[in-house]
Amino acid sequence: MASRIFGSGIKRREDPRLITGKGKFTGDIMLPHMLHMVVVRSPYAHATIKHIDVTAAAAVEGVVAVYTNADMTLANIPCAWLIPNSNLKLVPHPPLAKEKVRYVGDGVAIVLAESRDIAQDAADLVRVDYEALTAVVNPEEASMDGAPLLHVEAPNNIAFRWIASSGDAGVEKAFAEADVVVKERIVQQRLQPSSMETRAAVAQWDSGNEEMTLWVSSQNPHIARFVVSGVAGLPEHKLRVIAPEVGGGFGAKLPIYPDEVLTVWAARKLDRPVKWVESRSENYTVTTHGRDHIEYVEIAATKEGKVTALRGKVYAGMGGYLSTAAPGIPTIAHGLMYSGVYTIPNLRCESIGVFTTTTPVDAYRGAGRPEATFLVERLMDKLADKLGMDPVVLRRKNLIPPFANGYTVAMGITYDSGNYEGALAKALGIADYDQLRKEQAEARTKGRYIGIGVTTYAELCGFGPSAVAGATGFQGGLWESAIVRVSPVGKVQVLIGASPHGQGEETTFAQIISDELGFPVKDIDVIHGDTSRTPMGWGTYGSRTTAVGGAALVLAARKIKEKARAMAAHLLEAAVEDIDYDDGKFFVKGSPDKFKTIQDATLMATLAWNLPPGMEPGMEASQFYDPPNFTYPFGAHIAVVEIDPDTGKVDLKRYIAVDDCGPQINPVIVKGQVHGGLAQGIGQALCEGAVYDDNGQLLTGAMTDYAIPRADMFPQFEIDHTVTPSPHHPIGVKGIGEAGTIASTPTIYNAVIDALKPFGIESINMPLTAPRVWAAIQEARANHAIGGR
Amino acid sequence: MCPASFDYHRPASVAEAVQLLSRPGAKALAGGHSLIPAMNLRVAQPGELVDIGRLDVLRGIRVDGNRLIIGALSTHAQIAASPEVQKHCAALATACSTVGDPAVRNWGTIGGNLAHADPASDPPTVVLACDAVIHTQGENGQRAIKAADFFVDVFTVDLQPGELITSIEIPSQSHRRMAYVKLPHPASRYAVVGVCVSMHTSGGVCDQIAIAVGGATAKATRATGAQSALLGSLLEAEALEAAAIAISADIGDQAVSDIYANATYRRAMAGVLLKRAVKAL
Repeated sequence: MASRIFGSGIKRREDPRLITGKGKFTGDIMLPHMLHMVVVRSPYAHATIKHIDVTAAAAVEGVVAVYTNADMTLANIPCAWLIPNSNLKLVPHPPLAKEKVRYVGDGVAIVLAESRDIAQDAADLVRVDYEALTAVVNPEEASMDGAPLLHVEAPNNIAFRWIASSGDAGVEKAFAEADVVVKERIVQQRLQPSSMETRAAVAQWDSGNEEMTLWVSSQNPHIARFVVSGVAGLPEHKLRVIAPEVGGGFGAKLPIYPDEVLTVWAARKLDRPVKWVESRSENYTVTTHGRDHIEYVEIAATKEGKVTALRGKVYAGMGGYLSTAAPGIPTIAHGLMYSGVYTIPNLRCESIGVFTTTTPVDAYRGAGRPEATFLVERLMDKLADKLGMDPVVLRRKNLIPPFANGYTVAMGITYDSGNYEGALAKALGIADYDQLRKEQAEARTKGRYIGIGVTTYAELCGFGPSAVAGATGFQGGLWESAIVRVSPVGKVQVLIGASPHGQGEETTFAQIISDELGFPVKDIDVIHGDTSRTPMGWGTYGSRTTAVGGAALVLAARKIKEKARAMAAHLLEAAVEDIDYDDGKFFVKGSPDKFKTIQDATLMATLAWNLPPGMEPGMEASQFYDPPNFTYPFGAHIAVVEIDPDTGKVDLKRYIAVDDCGPQINPVIVKGQVHGGLAQGIGQALCEGAVYDDNGQLLTGAMTDYAIPRADMFPQFEIDHTVTPSPHHPIGVKGIGEAGTIASTPTIYNAVIDALKPFGIESINMPLTAPRVWAAIQEARANHAIGGR
Repeated sequence: MCPASFDYHRPASVAEAVQLLSRPGAKALAGGHSLIPAMNLRVAQPGELVDIGRLDVLRGIRVDGNRLIIGALSTHAQIAASPEVQKHCAALATACSTVGDPAVRNWGTIGGNLAHADPASDPPTVVLACDAVIHTQGENGQRAIKAADFFVDVFTVDLQPGELITSIEIPSQSHRRMAYVKLPHPASRYAVVGVCVSMHTSGGVCDQIAIAVGGATAKATRATGAQSALLGSLLEAEALEAAAIAISADIGDQAVSDIYANATYRRAMAGVLLKRAVKAL
């Protein structure tokens, strides 16, 4: 057999068109008679709208219409993750604000004009009479008595309160009886997803057929159709949603926003195509942010280092409204993962969603799981310090032993497979951990501050099954689908419901098909992102496209293979049971020289001149796949940092990532996903963070102020892997999109705190910028008069 | 975003440019890397843009006796790569090599940079440390403005409406040793604090010194206290420590605070960077 295409690091087939500027993004779409929409947005974080005067704007030459909430009867923008038993307050979110605005950027009017410049000029002339109200930006403060109230429906601004517990009595008892309890207040600072392409939408109304086409920069066009048709009052089969090239999403292109709905509404109202493209400033103030937790967490252990319990209380900022998936993130995607890779018997998570006068919060790469991993990994390091134990030794005392098919944690979810010690041992070996500790001790005697951070993690991803979606209040399914269609001459179209936007599935899915059926990759096209061409699917997020969509694809391919086998058997005049297959060829067992290729079988099945009895013509297979469980990738990461005590600057010297996502379809793409994930997670640890002032103005609203990580921050990443297949996936794969983000933030954080140990510093709020680290050192020196030079 | 509408002119001579720039609401466009972002945000809405990019007379870097003459349209990249600048004002080459990113350095010009006078920008600090002279042309003729007088406040310089920077004249520093060190802002790469030192020693004794600090205050500032602390010293550890304390005092309560770094940090970093700059000489 030829060398397997599965597992080979072939180049991404998407890249030639993207790196030569030939990719077609939503913003590239130009239609005849197209209008341009600009949204007039609130400059206030919290205000009552007294009056809106659009006269001057409407009078500008080239302006076709100016609309406010009063002009439209649109449904509210829905929230789609209605966590049960949480007293969730489903507050109204009109596409344009009606009586009140609740964050800077809340839309109050739309201007439609012949050009974007004209629309912007006119937007500046819309006069809105606001009466300012008090802003509140901190979720913990917003939940207190007397805080400014955003929605009358949600007293104390509490959107929901959710508790997950292994049993409160057990948790209480474990803390009461613990030898050691370690506590921490963690601020998971708010992050601004910074995809290269901002959001954009183009809507075209075909009034003759009463059909709407919406091009949108989205991670999930089928969900967009599902939701937009409902809000805009269009029959779902009359709305076609296309996600063309999408320049990054990171979770923020998962929600359904007012802007896309307004684009659709205006196109129909005016019977002209309408285009809306978000500016970078709008992207930072309007597109959903991530994280924004204030957490109080504590861990209980015996003096020997056996962890007995972990509990936490989370104030999760929701922003001004509940975005599409927002309530699921600090709850299901977070609390259920509290124990990470450890055998912690008693767990409790209380998660309080709180409205604040800020940009709504939703998924951001990892979404809930980075926060969970951070808190348990932070507490493990702090506990190790308190016990005077090496953090690796402490982790090893508590790791879940290797398992191949199911391990149920105290929160009740069942991990699919794991070998945490295997990944940890490999990472420690690459790092030469013992030697690193020696070098660290040596450096300290010379006044150098080197720190080592070690994280072991598991993540819950491959979002599905749908029954869990239903049980947790997710207003959709979590299955995927695939159609494999082979043309008469043996070219393959793969149509998938998921919507890759940078993850490389045009390549990896072709590798799967090639591996299953023997077609060369060049003969396989992977088609996605168009509700009229592809079968239904729930989108690309939660590292689920390969874990769920890939499974649908494999099963569809296997249907093709069985049909081709039957056809080949017929052509070879042999019984199906006697037919062997190797690398695209069917032959009678023992006679590999006399074969029919899969292309032969396809042609004859398509011509249908002589089919076996009962066989349908054609070579096409469809598969819906609802997974039996999530997948649980895992790994171990190690960072080495050095702190410049004079400036506080953190220098990342080494980063070792050993991840296990099961068998790798394309190791180069896996590595790319890990690199990107690491960059984003390290960005949270070291430089990223949204800052609001007390009036709710976003002070990090431009790329000159919001620090995304740059290449020169990073050493050469040392990437390796272990392979532990998922027992329930047809080819064992798990997902890798979020791993780097989930593990790297605590790894860096723990390394920095480890470096600062001589100063007695236990905690610094992220991001760990030079001024913050320096200030912590100064304070420690003032308090302890140690560690100085 | 898109800018508000404006009229566009491309004058063929400095005189024509000056005439156009004298009109109300007119703004000079050189590299555009400060102006155009501001226009895109509609923070700046000039009614007329005067594109001086084709005025070749404003280009070029040359040495005239013991003076380095840098045309106002010289880009940061050209200055950073110039052997003349590296010889006669090495710290300016360093500073220009750290401005923004490659696109900014390939488009942004020294004239535009100085006229814009961002308090966190790198070149003004070096220009000030070198006692450079800014040459301008306006409706009322040419002027030669000392750098110390040129920078007035945040984004404010001594330029009259219509007046255009034509060149920067820098006394050769080739007999001195120079360094420019900065702490870059992680997002903008502007200087959170930048320190330029130009020094001459004789027999180990510092007998000439100029120190300027940028990023820390509303405009680039000469650190006179720190200069005094080092002048006549052997640059020994005690002298450097005294200079570090002095530069913090030079900045004093003029130090700026923002969401990234507070005044205390900036004062302290000026001292740290001064010591590093001297050690780098």
